Amino acid sequence: MSMATERRNKRKRSQFRWRKQDTELTLLALPTTIWYLLFCFLPMFGIIIAFKNFKISGGFLSNVFNSPWVGFKNFEFLFTSNDAWIIIRNTIGYNIIFIVLGIVLPVLFAIMIGLLHNRKASKIYQTMMFLPYFLSWVVVSAVGWAFLSFDKGILNQMLASAGSDPVNWYMEPAYWPYFLILLHVWKGLGYGMVIYLATITSLDSTYYEAAVIDGASIWQQTRYITLPMLKLVIVMLFILAVGRIFYTDFGLFYQVTRDSNSLFNVSTTIDVMVYKQLKSATLGMAASAAFVQSVLGCATILAANWIVRKIDPDSAMM
Amino acid sequence: MATRTTYETGLEKFNRTSKAVDILFNLNFIILALLCVIPVIVVLSISLSSENSIRETGYHLFPVALSGEAYAFVVQQGTMILRAFGVSALVTVAGTVIGVLLTTTMGYALSRPSYKLRGFLTWVVFIPMIFNGGLVSSYFINTNLLGLKDSVWALILPLAVSSFNVIICKTFFKSTIPDGLVESAEIDGASQQRIFFSIILPISLPVIATIGLFLCFSYWNDWFQSMLYIDNQNLYSLQALLNSLMSNVDALAKNAASMGVSYAVLVATMPKESARMAVAIIIVLPVAFAYPFFQKYFISGLTIGAVKG
Repeated sequence: MSMATERRNKRKRSQFRWRKQDTELTLLALPTTIWYLLFCFLPMFGIIIAFKNFKISGGFLSNVFNSPWVGFKNFEFLFTSNDAWIIIRNTIGYNIIFIVLGIVLPVLFAIMIGLLHNRKASKIYQTMMFLPYFLSWVVVSAVGWAFLSFDKGILNQMLASAGSDPVNWYMEPAYWPYFLILLHVWKGLGYGMVIYLATITSLDSTYYEAAVIDGASIWQQTRYITLPMLKLVIVMLFILAVGRIFYTDFGLFYQVTRDSNSLFNVSTTIDVMVYKQLKSATLGMAASAAFVQSVLGCATILAANWIVRKIDPDSAMM
Repeated sequence: MATRTTYETGLEKFNRTSKAVDILFNLNFIILALLCVIPVIVVLSISLSSENSIRETGYHLFPVALSGEAYAFVVQQGTMILRAFGVSALVTVAGTVIGVLLTTTMGYALSRPSYKLRGFLTWVVFIPMIFNGGLVSSYFINTNLLGLKDSVWALILPLAVSSFNVIICKTFFKSTIPDGLVESAEIDGASQQRIFFSIILPISLPVIATIGLFLCFSYWNDWFQSMLYIDNQNLYSLQALLNSLMSNVDALAKNAASMGVSYAVLVATMPKESARMAVAIIIVLPVAFAYPFFQKYFISGLTIGAVKG
């Protein structure tokens, strides 16, 4: 063995020697590691119940081991039920609309609010528009009720004063795609706007200074500097949002609709369906739907991340 | 943040939109801002309306007949509401403290370049970001294996850590704390625990504030954990209480009935509609007053997260 390799080996050994600091750091990270084990990794192994005929009662472990394997039977039930198509359509359809609106509107308003002359007014608008983001869906559901209640709601009073008949909103699926989209936008607009505004204000000011010297108007600056510089952030957030296309906001679709059966066709997404099956103890279907969501979700997130890394390695998760 | 405000002298004067456009934009934002705030004002106004006026004329933007009876009811008969407030406050405080500790310790360990298990723990934190066991198996682990059904821990533990927060922490420690600081303390013989608690934490207040705020708001606003794990009404948080009142407002009389008034009388006389909205206001008020002051920290955390997923 040559001297050089020996020296290299020695250095390697000292690099891999376990020191006192490593023990201490491990102790420091131990509670969180246990948390991850219990609340993230154990459930990952729990997905095998999608392939089992699982019972609620009794201990978890004995159930996992003793319940009979049923192979893909739970999945057959899932995909042959009439609702499968509706649920997948709702999940992906709403998400596509949310992704498009979640980019166009916040970018538009962020640019607009950045151009306001009065900065104090701009701060006040931002703060007011941020409020819905801090409301829980239970509270938003109460807000919705104040407007949509059949006998007391503000919307029906407005209809009455216009001479129209009141509408039983919670029974009429035709209106709900609009309501749900509106509420989603309402709750997230201020938040999205502020994120894009933070990106805009952090852009290098020398670009703008140079443009001003060249005589560019404020519109030309927006068109040829701000928008192109935002493009990267927009593309990233777009791809990451596409990666979560199988996940929906449970609160929006379950709380705000007050779980009305008449609205099933327009408000049931994968998350709502899994929750309802879980509560009604039809576990096989709930577990298989959750399994499909996890696996497809994982695949889309990985694919999205792969694309992000192709475009801009710094923005990728790994 | 301040890059574009620095040259607010002569240049800025002509380098901006025309007066008419500015007025148009302002109008647009006034409307949007009002649309965001008015729904909450409606809820406030219902909670301040007299029960009779609601029964006769319905909900309004401004109270038809102003009345504090809902809040009087909450104070006099609302043992249930007070207890729910207690649960919410306890869960928020305990959860935030536990969550900040769990997040920052892990973030610190991951930020030490020479730590031997760093690679392994990075995967432990990273994998849950792309794959999870789903609702059903989490539910069964938490109820059957960990025994969290009808326990206040079910409201605290599952939300305590998020990989997103751990990564924010790690990034902060890595970028702001000089290696020399930790190394010199190590040479002086300080243990990692000592270094973390007496050196790192005190100089990391910005990131602690950001993560503490995220946790605080998410605990205060959480209703999903209650819906999954809590059947015992004594453990209802304010959110869970409001959730149950939305479908059955009479439940509010259940506990109050033991205090000298019969259940039937109370159900008939209590201000149902306004009391329900009063609970919503009790939830919203602390948040509405707090967030304008903390918005700055929120945005800094969100932009780290959004730009660096």
